[in-house]
Amino acid sequence: MASTQKKWLIKMTTEIAFWILAIITVCAALAVVLLRDIFRAALLLVLCFFTIAGIYITLNADFLAAVQVLVYIGAIGILLMFAIMLTRNVREGNPFNRLKIPALILALLVLATIVGVVVATDWTTVSGVPEVVSSELDQPTTSNIASALFEKEGGFVLPFEIASVLLLAALIGAVVLVRRKENE
Amino acid sequence: MGLEHYLILSAVLFSIGLYGVLAKRNAVAILMCIEIMLNAVNIAMVAFSRYLVPDVVVLTGHVFAIFVMTVAAAEAAVGLAIIIAIYRSRQSVDVEQVDMMKW
Repeated sequence: MASTQKKWLIKMTTEIAFWILAIITVCAALAVVLLRDIFRAALLLVLCFFTIAGIYITLNADFLAAVQVLVYIGAIGILLMFAIMLTRNVREGNPFNRLKIPALILALLVLATIVGVVVATDWTTVSGVPEVVSSELDQPTTSNIASALFEKEGGFVLPFEIASVLLLAALIGAVVLVRRKENE
Repeated sequence: MGLEHYLILSAVLFSIGLYGVLAKRNAVAILMCIEIMLNAVNIAMVAFSRYLVPDVVVLTGHVFAIFVMTVAAAEAAVGLAIIIAIYRSRQSVDVEQVDMMKW
């Protein structure tokens, strides 16, 4: 009896947390697009990244939530702040171009298409698992991700190495692009 | 609380990002909206991994999300470096004024 009560409590708190996080995420993303001050938009983008980390936790993706905070908030957020401070044009702010209305129509069409497909698909027949996921899945994912990445068969060792080369190339490329020429 | 909730949240975020990418003039704002779109796709992949794969050990969706994050970090670094280089030569990050490769 106590265990069913506990399960119900966990389910309820997860649901409440999901709705709060989802509403904050969507509002912050809308503010990123609509605000005129681009620095405030960047701060709200960081808030959006943070609530997305919370959404990963409601999906039991603890490792990804930590990586989201480290990479997106710690690295990309700071990088965006620096880029804005180096290039900010206070007079113009963050204006729309002349495609404002057509872009809105296109985005709404894309949204309607995806939502229509998601609602029309019967997901339970895809995998045979029921809608409610059992609590056997509620365990740390870090070691499972590591074994999924580095397995001998069906692993992702080659993509992993390519990703490290990509990061090195991006690092060198960024340095070369931003460095001032000596004769200037 | 099912898969549909997460997929619809992901679709809403993706559309907001798409609207920003198409309708903004500041190049940094366009990059920020691209980051929102990448995050939306990540949410969809983690949700698929949680709800559609019965095996606990198979976490391919998480692995894909990690690769997306890696590429997003590289893209942000190179993209912002290009924007700063353009700002140095043109004193502007307005994408409508950067048209020297247009004919």
